[in-house]
Amino acid sequence: MTSPFVVVLDYGSGNVHSAAKALEEAGARVELTADRDKVFRADGLVVPGVGAFSAVMDQLATVNGAALIDQRLAGGRPVLGICVGMQVLFEQGVERGVQTDGLGQWPGTVRELAAPVLPHMGWNTVDAPADSVLFAGIGDERFYFVHSYAAQEWTLDVVPPYPPPALTWTEHGTRFLAAVENGPLSATQFHPEKSGKPGIRLLENWIASLGGTRAAGTEHPNSTEQK
Amino acid sequence: MAVAVRVIPCLDVAAGRVVKGVKFQNLRDAGDPVELARRYYEQGADELTFLDVTATVDDRSTTYDVVRATAEQVFIPLTVGGGVRSTEDVAKLLAHGADKVGVNSAAIARPALISEIADRFGAQVLVLSLDVKRSAGGFMVTTHGGRTMTELDAIDWASEAIERGAGELLVNSIDADGTRDGFDLELIAAMREISSVPVIASGGAGAVDDFAPAIEAGADAVLAASVFHDGDLTVGDVKRELANAGLIVR
Repeated sequence: MTSPFVVVLDYGSGNVHSAAKALEEAGARVELTADRDKVFRADGLVVPGVGAFSAVMDQLATVNGAALIDQRLAGGRPVLGICVGMQVLFEQGVERGVQTDGLGQWPGTVRELAAPVLPHMGWNTVDAPADSVLFAGIGDERFYFVHSYAAQEWTLDVVPPYPPPALTWTEHGTRFLAAVENGPLSATQFHPEKSGKPGIRLLENWIASLGGTRAAGTEHPNSTEQK
Repeated sequence: MAVAVRVIPCLDVAAGRVVKGVKFQNLRDAGDPVELARRYYEQGADELTFLDVTATVDDRSTTYDVVRATAEQVFIPLTVGGGVRSTEDVAKLLAHGADKVGVNSAAIARPALISEIADRFGAQVLVLSLDVKRSAGGFMVTTHGGRTMTELDAIDWASEAIERGAGELLVNSIDADGTRDGFDLELIAAMREISSVPVIASGGAGAVDDFAPAIEAGADAVLAASVFHDGDLTVGDVKRELANAGLIVR
């Protein structure tokens, strides 16, 4: 079998090189690109992001990122947002009093954490639900966070036939979402590509899930083993 | 749920090799940076810092190669400092795989550089590095590895840098650096007092029980070089001792 093909969306955001290397380490074939055909063809799309919410939204617009993500999700194709790449999936972000519209995949506003020391920088534990795919088999590990803003509530009411989302929480001053798994759309506030071996393991879990969520007729040859 | 204390080995890099200095003089070769970075990663380092101590443009391009090679193999955050003068320098380091950049003398010369970097890349990439020396006037900022005293009060400068957008402080005590007599705990406490951003304590680590007092004085992270390079201590030794002291480690 060939390894799953993952595109890391290249739109000029920070250190994407590490994300690509970590995904390779986790077993994917990886390309850093914003090419429309490759983005659509990929088994998984990773949307990285560092810096200001508004800057990330501006940069995403230069590669038509909103439409790329929309169209993949419309086809049930996996997308993984990382750090600010997670934050922009929500409706809005408020940084230094400035409100910016996000991609609106999920309702809610990303706000500053109420903590004496910011950024929240370093290795923290997370509280993952038992049915999480991303955290399967990982146990009580720490992940690397570096951010001052986060989604601090989940208000999307997911009803059957859609599967309920797996929400992973942690805390720094305020309780906030460390990860969300919602159908084909997943995201982590921490950096799995900077979280050592547990981070690589999480990426392996995501990559292993890609086969099982492919569109009908293109089922991954290995999908039954990956359940 | 609390964030763990970070233990950060620092590698002084020149012309693609690790060098170490005692009081920033008498540099000697201490190995291949990528190899050392991997070793510290395996030992459980929480982050790595490279300090580029080269002077020439040729050597600088070698540093980019080292950063790239390290970032490809070591899946923890990597900070690179030394000679960062512009947002373009920052962009280049990030493109080669750095997660954060340390800025020191260029920010002293032109404080607006701090906000330029923070506005373009976010405060979280910017580590303000301070080389601090005690004098009659209190804690003062130095440049050139401690050899040149400035007129800047270190506490005031740290406050200003945070205001301008620095995301973290790397507080290096020139007095303690290379002595192996322990961190300057009063300096750390003074920085904690005014800092809303994480504080990394640097300079003076010599024994395994030097680290916990630095955290107890208010540091969020501890940085050391020669104790690790000489093989006197592993990162694991330091973390065990921090845990024994009741601190949270990874």
